[in-house]
Amino acid sequence: MSAVAVEGVWKFYGDYPALRDIRLDAAPGSCLALIGRNGAGKTTLLRIVAGFSRAQRGKIEIHGNDPRDTETRRQLGFLGHGIAVYDELSALENLILYGKLYGLPDPRKSALEWLERTGLERVRNGLVREFSRGMRQRLAVARAFLHEPGVLLLDEPFTALDDRAIAVLQRLLREALAAGKTIVMSTHQLREALELATHVALLSRGQLAFHGQCTPEMAADPGYIYARYGEA
Amino acid sequence: MRFFRQVAVVAFKDLRAELRTKEAINASLAFSIVILLLFSFAFDPSEDTMREISGGLLWIVFAFAGTLMLNRSFARELPNDCLDALIAAPLPASALFLGKCLANYALVLAVELVSLPVFGIFYNVHWARQFPELLLVLLLGTWALTIIGTIFSALTVNIKLREVMLPMLTYPILIPALMSAMQLTTALVSGTPIGADNVDSLKMLIGFDIVFTAVSLVLVETVLVG
Repeated sequence: MSAVAVEGVWKFYGDYPALRDIRLDAAPGSCLALIGRNGAGKTTLLRIVAGFSRAQRGKIEIHGNDPRDTETRRQLGFLGHGIAVYDELSALENLILYGKLYGLPDPRKSALEWLERTGLERVRNGLVREFSRGMRQRLAVARAFLHEPGVLLLDEPFTALDDRAIAVLQRLLREALAAGKTIVMSTHQLREALELATHVALLSRGQLAFHGQCTPEMAADPGYIYARYGEA
Repeated sequence: MRFFRQVAVVAFKDLRAELRTKEAINASLAFSIVILLLFSFAFDPSEDTMREISGGLLWIVFAFAGTLMLNRSFARELPNDCLDALIAAPLPASALFLGKCLANYALVLAVELVSLPVFGIFYNVHWARQFPELLLVLLLGTWALTIIGTIFSALTVNIKLREVMLPMLTYPILIPALMSAMQLTTALVSGTPIGADNVDSLKMLIGFDIVFTAVSLVLVETVLVG
């Protein structure tokens, strides 16, 4: 059974079809890089997979279940454009909050562990509004990984990250893959993404232009896939 | 049990965030007191008519001040895309909604309870004469305001003109509840207890609360996710 299955998904904004009959899947333990130009539909697709909005046609399954099922959501980790933490709360309070929402047995212990793993243990009681951009990004990574999700959905995860946050994220993603977790990430940073990707899906104007394994040619030359399968 | 724990987590998160910034509560309280003060210049507090319109006046102030607070309810989730993280979390949308309602309820009630003595002083109204019954009306009327305000706050959260849209959507729906609360409040501050004359208003208020709480809990998943 696929970890993530997208079956004939259509999404319209008004009359405009943002996604047209998208069919793809990600096997357990694989890393799918979702690439495409701006406006190709990557974020729309990821948001539907994450259960933030519904497709007008087609269906999404996470390990065979609807992404809006409560138990399925426990398996999903989402890192989007926003950091999804509260400026008015401290780093520790934010992670404890999400730990409680995900029903972790000891939210405080998990929060402290992830603050340490992301290098934020010394500022754990500082309010997020006082954090630098890099620290906020690392906290967002900790928030997404806190509940040890089996499927990670990452929307442009490397965009605007500083060097340290990129290093932290890449290390965590490698560890996640080694642990058999599934990653679906949309990205423009092909070099960083293709280092991790086992599979690639290219979206072009809402349609799937290519979906298959990441080949050595793609990994060696990030522009190859656009030249071979993408629009001119 | 787990549902109520999640409700409490969301409610305490909202209360903690609000009490740290005091953005909405300060604005709402200041608005409430300023409007009460301005209206007190417009009416002669010695006249009996003052007592007759007191319930209406008080609930108009509460509705306006409450909307200021309720507007922030889901809007405070927008910076940093926190709403996405809450929708992604494994809690029912109804738990998220109920948690937000409880936090809003506590904040709106706090503003009302501070405004009430101010109202009594400016308008020469003996509001404490039948305080337990007045408190019951406040609790029921404020829940109606909160439940409608919070569900429409969720509905309008992604609209740019949400500050305008929220009152336009909530006030027409709130008319039955506001009318009942106004009639009961006017009677109570005039010294008339809740009895055969006005018990229907109380029933209307209770019915409104039950029906719209149930409808909101059912619809909130669709409102948030589509």
